[in-house]
Parts: sequence; structure tokens; C-alpha cells
Amino acid sequence: MSSLQSIRSLNELLLEKKQAILEKWFDSVLETYPHDSAKFLKRQKDQFANPVGSTIYRGMGSLLDLIVNSADADNITKSLDEIIRIRAIQDFTPSHALAFVVDLKRVVREEIKGETCASQLIDELPEFDRRVDGLLLLSFDIYMKCREKIYELKANELRNMTSKLVERANRIFEAKYRNVDLEDIISQGNKTERGE
Amino acid sequence: MAKFTAKPAELLKIDFKTPKTDWMDTPVNIREHMYCHPAKAKDLEVVDFPNIHEWRPVDENWNLPENWKEIVLNGIKERLQKYRSFHVFMDICVRCGACADKCHFYLGTGDPKNMPVLRAELLRSVYRKYFTTGGKIFGKTAGARELTEDVLKELWYYFYQCTECRRCSVFCPYGIDTAEITMMGRELTNLLGLQLGWIAGPVANCYMKGNHLGLEPHTVKSNIEFMIDDIETITGIRVNPTFNRKGAEILFVTPSGDLFGVPGVYTAMGYLMLFHELGLDYTWSTYASEGGNFGFFTSNEMAKRLNYKIYAEAKRLGVKWILGGECGHMWRVLHQYMDTWNGPADFLEVPKSPITGTVFENAKSLKMIHVIEFAADLIKHGKLKLDPSRNDHLKVTFHDSCNIARGMGMFEEPRYVIKNVCNHFYEMPENTIREKTFCCGSGTGLNASENMELRMRGGLPRANAVKYVRDRYGVNTVANICAIDRATLQASMDYWVPGTAVAGIHELIGNALVMKGEKERTQDLRLEPLPGKEGVE
Repeated sequence: MSSLQSIRSLNELLLEKKQAILEKWFDSVLETYPHDSAKFLKRQKDQFANPVGSTIYRGMGSLLDLIVNSADADNITKSLDEIIRIRAIQDFTPSHALAFVVDLKRVVREEIKGETCASQLIDELPEFDRRVDGLLLLSFDIYMKCREKIYELKANELRNMTSKLVERANRIFEAKYRNVDLEDIISQGNKTERGE
Repeated sequence: MAKFTAKPAELLKIDFKTPKTDWMDTPVNIREHMYCHPAKAKDLEVVDFPNIHEWRPVDENWNLPENWKEIVLNGIKERLQKYRSFHVFMDICVRCGACADKCHFYLGTGDPKNMPVLRAELLRSVYRKYFTTGGKIFGKTAGARELTEDVLKELWYYFYQCTECRRCSVFCPYGIDTAEITMMGRELTNLLGLQLGWIAGPVANCYMKGNHLGLEPHTVKSNIEFMIDDIETITGIRVNPTFNRKGAEILFVTPSGDLFGVPGVYTAMGYLMLFHELGLDYTWSTYASEGGNFGFFTSNEMAKRLNYKIYAEAKRLGVKWILGGECGHMWRVLHQYMDTWNGPADFLEVPKSPITGTVFENAKSLKMIHVIEFAADLIKHGKLKLDPSRNDHLKVTFHDSCNIARGMGMFEEPRYVIKNVCNHFYEMPENTIREKTFCCGSGTGLNASENMELRMRGGLPRANAVKYVRDRYGVNTVANICAIDRATLQASMDYWVPGTAVAGIHELIGNALVMKGEKERTQDLRLEPLPGKEGVE
């Protein structure tokens, strides 16, 4: 993201309206959850009593700061990861899980609509959109990493369950065949299979 | 049923808002990665479970027996008559919502049907329709609904998204034990042959071979001998446990997970070292080779059957009392059910530590104590020589296992032991520990791999608290006293808090324990270098 130039006037406005943008953006994510739960996710501020709501809210807040400050990809990835790690294992399709990123364009447009300098800001929007697109591309990477991790965990569990067994089998094998050339055993086995 | 990817036409609709429908009008959406595979017929046959048939949760047709509805309604009726608590819990809830946001599955999924109150309401609504006058007359207005196949599917889906951890019960002003409602719900599914493979397999193994993993006597013994070799490598001492020895003072029973998987085996190595160092007159049993009880997740009767072997083996061997390993649900079963199921164990004596002379009055009737009580008592009396600096590479937090914390009220003993064997101990936030502890997200037989998404959702609240102490204090180890935690928390940590290890407390004791005649230790129980001993052979 470092290649993106900062847009001072739009940035100033984003800074000024950060809280309003954040609330609206957060509300739009909450709408993807069932109605009763959305109320809870918004209301409960204790980060341990409400890990999903508080993590997403915190992550979105720091993302907004990072966008305004044209932060590097590493920092942005960290904040995006917090949010996507949660949504990647919830009841969402991939598009559904990541839609919040693109929704930032709508939220920002709505916020600048009535501004006196709106026409000037509109010229700056393509650059802002490009940054949001950059976020979306990063989001694909993060989402896939999360999903791949889920499959890796399944494989790891199987390994943890059996690693001691394999280790033991290896030790027995090594003790038994310490002085035997493995190649001899394989070729002997092949001969037996072929009925020689 | 749900597919994982959206259709192109759906993608064009950018609106992802969730429709506002009443829960009764929101149909169940059974999703892959959220449930465990159905049981294998052979496992159900072994223990005579009824209505065994082929079915798949995502299929429209579950091949239910023709009279399935009658079976369920009779099942409810029988349980209402048999368990007064179930009847009271069906009637008493005022839907105040105090429990609603206390469930780890609700917090992780955001699905309202995971609110304990609503999960129970799934069954209550059926109860009202068929067992209350108001429900019969006023129907939906009185919160009642017909039992249909969709309703049955919903009951099945959500009762297997509850780990019976009882956190919600802590907050209920009426003391409703929601776990008992889940137990009843699961018993009903069991009547229809809708059991999980991950539960039925261990039950069948336990019934046939004495333990969940199906380890036969020679395998139990050889697994322990394998640990003995590792202990010798680490300490230079060859410990010499006995098996099925008649006349031993103490019978030791632990979950079989400690004999097989990583990191459970390190905990078992800790037991072996501690008992050897004390010169304890104890024996392992290859018959009562399972402390856990997956029967508890099927039916009361099955749990009782599987539990029978513990007292029976104690009697056969003629021991004085029983010592139990680090486990969670095993202790809810032992502490709250064993005595009335298969007791009184009058042939046993009240547990008395042969080392300190402490009489464990709390187990006066049960005659069995938790190994962490035993260890805490030893440390309190200065009977162990400990070098906590051997655990200096570990920054430890403690995860209270639901059943030990809420089921037994045991909070201090594990903490006392950790503080004596480790120099770096940090508590997680107050509303995530002790009686308010968050479940690992994988208990009650939900510790399979195919439901990993569900486990990650359920594990989020616990992991979120671990992440907090990791970021703040550099915590890198979650200690616990539960075999299911040891088997499953690692996955949750790897996803949410990478770089955090999971360990049983007896592994930490084994590291710190200075044994008589031991060689200079350079490795911990995982055969990894101790702090400052890197590169030493």
C-alpha cells in the first residue's frame, strides 16, 4: 500500500468523520448477522464477553486509521486478519465474509454526500477506491490462509494422535533391522511379491 | 442444505442483510464442517442402541423409522416422569435472557439458536405442544409447535452444538441446568439411531476393551513402557509401574487419551515420575483403563454401564482407594454420578495420602480423588523437591476445565500446583476463568476433526482470553487438567493464538520434580532442551 499517495483533503475528512464512518461501517457488518445477535454484538463492550463484536469493531477502527495514514501492507494485514479470521469460520460464503471490505466505499460516499466540498472530493475518490480494492485483494489472501489452516489442523490432529505410535514403530524397526541393509529387505519383498 | 460457495446470481445481489424472521419461522440450515459424522452401525450394535440405520445429516431423508414421532414423544414422556429436574426445567424458564450471551457457541457463531435459552426452547416448544394444556390449545401463541422432521433435525443440529459446559447455568437466576436439557435432547436423538461416530466409536471401544481408544491390555502396557524409556532418557531413572496388581493400596485410573496422543502422554509421564518418586503402592489397570465416559453423551444408562468397571476393578484388585488422573467430564461423572450409580463402595476406605497422612474427607463416600488434589497436598506438606526453573521457558496460564471448575468447584488446587512448579504464571481475565470459565469448544464428544469449523467458533471465547495474556505477558503455554483439552485446545490455539502450546499440569510437575538419583536434566518431558541446556547432549 505504500505506493498509494495520500490524499490530504479526503483524508482530512475521513479523519474528521472517522467515528461516524466506523459506526456505519460496523453497522453494515452487523447486518450480516441475525437481528437478535447484531444487537448484542453492538451493545456488549466487554472484549471477553463479546469477542466477535469487539474484535471486528477494533479491527475496523484500526483499518480506517491505517488507510488514512497509508500504512504498509503488514500492518493492514494484521488488522484485516483479526476480522477475517473470525468471518472465515462463520456461516458465510467467501463473498459474504469479505463483502464488508467493499462496503467501505458505500459508507464513505454516504458520509461525504452533503459536504460543501463534495465535488472536489469526488475527484479523489478513485484513488480511495483503489486503496479499498487493495484491501480486498489482501483479504482474499488472508481468507484463503484461514481456510487452509482449518484443513491443516485436521491433518495435525491425526498426526498428534498417531505420532507416538509411528515413533514407536520406527524404534522397533530400527532395533530389529539395525544391521540390515534396507535395500535388501525391499528387494526381497519385491521378489516375494513377484513369486520369485 | 447450505453449500459453501454462492451462486453467481446471488453474488450479483450485493445485499447481505440477514432477514428478520422469528426463530420458529427460520428453518434449520445444516452445514458441513459443523457436525460430526453419523455413527457406524457396528458401534451401535455392540451396545444394543436402537433404530440403527444409514443416514447423512445433509440429506433430505434421514431414513427415520416409521414411528419416529411416537418414539420421540414417548421418550419425552418417559424422561419427564423419570427426571423431576427435566420437568421443572421445561416449565420454569421465564426467558429472562441472562444465559443468552454466556454460551461460547453463541458468542462464536452469532446464531440465536445457540443462545442456551433458545436452544432449550427448541425442545420446550415441542414439550408445550404435547404435554401442556396451554400449548395444546393455543399452539404457537403459547410458544408451542408441532414435532416435524424439520424440527427433529433442528433439535439434533443444535443439541450437538452444546458441550454441556454449564456456563449458562451459572448465570441462570432459577438454576436451570441447561446441560441436562441437552442430555435429554441427545437421549432422544439416540433413541432414533442418530448418534455421532465420534461418540459411538469410543462407547463401543470402552464397552468391549475398557477404554475409548480400544487399547488392548498389551497395548496399554507397551504404551506405558514406551513412556518409561523416555523417562529414563530424560532422568536416568527407570520407573517401574505395575499392572493389574492385586493387593496394591491404590488403583490409578486415567483417561486413555493420556496413553496415546500428544500432549497427553507427557502428562502420563508426569504421573509415572511422581508416583515413582513417592514410592507409591499403586497399580494401573488394563481393564479399568478409561476414566472418561463417552456413554455420558448418549444416555444415563449407557454411562452407568461403562462406569461400572471402576469400582468393580477396585474390588477385584482389593485396593484401599482410587486415584484418578487429569480429566474433565470424567470427574463430573465420578463426582456426581458414580456413587449413586454403582456405589456405595463400602469395600473401600476413605482416601488417605500415605505420604502426608491427609484424609480426603471430601471423598468420604466416593472413595476416589483427583490427582491434582493429591499433588497439591504433597506440595503443601513439602514432600516434593521441586526446581521450577526447569519450566522457565514456559509462561503459563491456566484454563479451568468446565467440569472440574463448575462441576466440582475445584479452583485452587491446580493453581497452587502450577505456582509451585513454574515461575511464570498469569491468570486470564476474571470473567473467563474459575466458575465463569469458557469451554474449549470441543467437549461432549464434539472433538472430531470433521466439525473443525464448529470447534473454532466454540473455541473463540477461550482463545480470545489466551490471546490477551499472550499479548500482555508473553504467555506461551495453556495448562489444564482435562484430556479433551489436551487433545483439542491445540487446534484452537493454532488457529487463534499461534505459537501457544497446551500441557497437562503433571507434565509441568514432571519437569520440575527433582528425583532421587536422577542425572543432570538437559531435556524436558517433550525431549526438548531445558532453558540454558540447549546444545547439551
